[in-house]
Amino acid sequence: MNPIARNAKDFWTGVIYLFVGSGAFILSRDYGMGTAVKMGPAYFPTLLSLLLMVIGIISVIRSFLKSGTPIGVVAWKGLLLIVASTLLFGMIVRGAGLILALPLLVIVSALASTRFSWKTSLLEAAGITVFCILVFLKGLGVPLPILGSWFGN
Amino acid sequence: MELLANLGLGLSTSLTPLNLLYCLMGVFLGTLIGVLPGLGPTATIAMLLPVTFTLPPVSALIMLAGIYYGSQYGGSTTSILVNVPGEAASVVTALDGYQMARQGRAGVALTTAAVGSFFAGTVATIILALFAPPLAAVALKFGPAEFFSLMVLGLLAAIVLARGSLLHAAGMVVLGLLLGLVGTDVNSGAQRFTFGILRLADGIGFVVVAMGMFGLAEITRNLENEGDRSTVVRKVANLMPTREDWKRMIGPILRGTGIGSALGILPGSGSILGSFAAYAIEKKVSKNSKEFGKGAIEGVAAPESANNAGAQTSFIPMLTLGIPSNPVMALMIGAMIIQGIQPGPSVITEQPKLFWGIIVSMWFGNLFLVILNLPMIGMWVRIVSVPYQLLFPAILVFCSIGVFSLNNTEFDIYVMAFFAVLGYLFVKLDCEPAPMLLAFILGPMMEEYMRRALLLSRGDPMVFITRPISATLLALGALAIIAASLPAMHKKREEAFRE
Repeated sequence: MNPIARNAKDFWTGVIYLFVGSGAFILSRDYGMGTAVKMGPAYFPTLLSLLLMVIGIISVIRSFLKSGTPIGVVAWKGLLLIVASTLLFGMIVRGAGLILALPLLVIVSALASTRFSWKTSLLEAAGITVFCILVFLKGLGVPLPILGSWFGN
Repeated sequence: MELLANLGLGLSTSLTPLNLLYCLMGVFLGTLIGVLPGLGPTATIAMLLPVTFTLPPVSALIMLAGIYYGSQYGGSTTSILVNVPGEAASVVTALDGYQMARQGRAGVALTTAAVGSFFAGTVATIILALFAPPLAAVALKFGPAEFFSLMVLGLLAAIVLARGSLLHAAGMVVLGLLLGLVGTDVNSGAQRFTFGILRLADGIGFVVVAMGMFGLAEITRNLENEGDRSTVVRKVANLMPTREDWKRMIGPILRGTGIGSALGILPGSGSILGSFAAYAIEKKVSKNSKEFGKGAIEGVAAPESANNAGAQTSFIPMLTLGIPSNPVMALMIGAMIIQGIQPGPSVITEQPKLFWGIIVSMWFGNLFLVILNLPMIGMWVRIVSVPYQLLFPAILVFCSIGVFSLNNTEFDIYVMAFFAVLGYLFVKLDCEPAPMLLAFILGPMMEEYMRRALLLSRGDPMVFITRPISATLLALGALAIIAASLPAMHKKREEAFRE
């Protein structure tokens, strides 16, 4: 629970809205406002960012007035491993090819589970890799290499 | 009589062997993925969307529609057998469905769901065929001001119907509108919010956002507590309801169909609200209200009919106005745009084959659903029993390859990962992602309509209020928001979503 606000959810939501709203407002200043008759590229986003900032401010103010439920358990490990394995897949898929990228994606993400076991994950990784190569590469023609450029292909 | 001619056209389109095959494939694939615990229709469609890119437009949309109700039906199967609803709309089905399954009546519950869904689907398809053309005709008279106000109304309704705080939902909508503007401004060519990243010049792909926020974020949420998965019902015997069962399900199916059809048209969480409302009403009117929560067949029949009816009628605003009423329809609109069809009221006159083909194929899809699902139930049971720790890495793989294949770039994978973090963050903060995705797809359209409306009015913003239809639409939206924020209604709204 946030020590200052009585409603952590309201507080952080408000902060995010304020951050994005003010960011969009500042960025929009470069785009040319135009007039109502001839709206420039900044016209609509500026209106929206102002609105978002107002909503953010209300949310933050409300977080001090009305108490709410705490944020609860956050699956940090799950989030980290899911995101990391996905990014890793994106980074190595062309270089290493599916034959390495897919098993890594499967195993690294599977580590997020409390019921992880090497044996089943390795089996699953092998199965999924074969399946994807057959279905996506051979079947649907997705242009991904089986063996990537790192292996001289 | 025109209706008959139109339905004839639809029949001739949807009855070609190829389109029937795509419809069947859609229903099959949709059910297959939808049965997997924790995967709702939005994630399913987002995952399978790339498969349809190579098809002709009519076939692609027929298949996508099939995937949609297939996955919704699959979600019901899961909630009956495992008590882990794959999607929000079948949460209520789990209440009584799972209890029935524990009493050894899983087969009867599944048949009830199938029969209810089929009946509701048939009725809702007729409603769609009857009401879509006049609505589109009205919408054709709309000017830019009316369209802008209509979108405002749609977004306000999405805010009202979202779970959790109104304020948070409003913020999500504005955030979604802003995200929708990322990329090149069509009018001036200016690059907005791209941070100099070339790949963002075409904007952020809506499928990428949907997969991140509905697929990956959902996996993360499910990883929070893996422990409490209920035991799976492995054996399904005796699909046939007794005479008493049949008698008890007729009323709920009829009422559920009515409620679902009406609420499905509303923007926001239409089909979800429909199943919740149908369940709540059934609990009030039923003679057997004491059995609710302990395996009452009414508690399966009503929400299942409502959610399928709602799934069908949610196509009405999408097909006639080009405005999505839920994230699934937003994906459909995206698919239409990719296929080179400009969604809007003119679809019905310019693409009658597409329009009527989709409508008629919906009925076939619903028929396939019954034929496919009841005999194949053994297979679904086996799929349902796949443990989650094996399932989610596979989902991740399909999402990643699917997203890559949209534009053949790994950049989209990174964007998906970004939205996974954002999506999970918002889940933790009680901000529902659905209104954001709606706004995301409406953002550029709203800006364009606002630009045109203001150009025509010489910059006078009063144009939105002085034109009667536009004013009415805005007034309706304002009314909905005011009503929802009144303290008395506020409480009711919270209760409605808690059940």
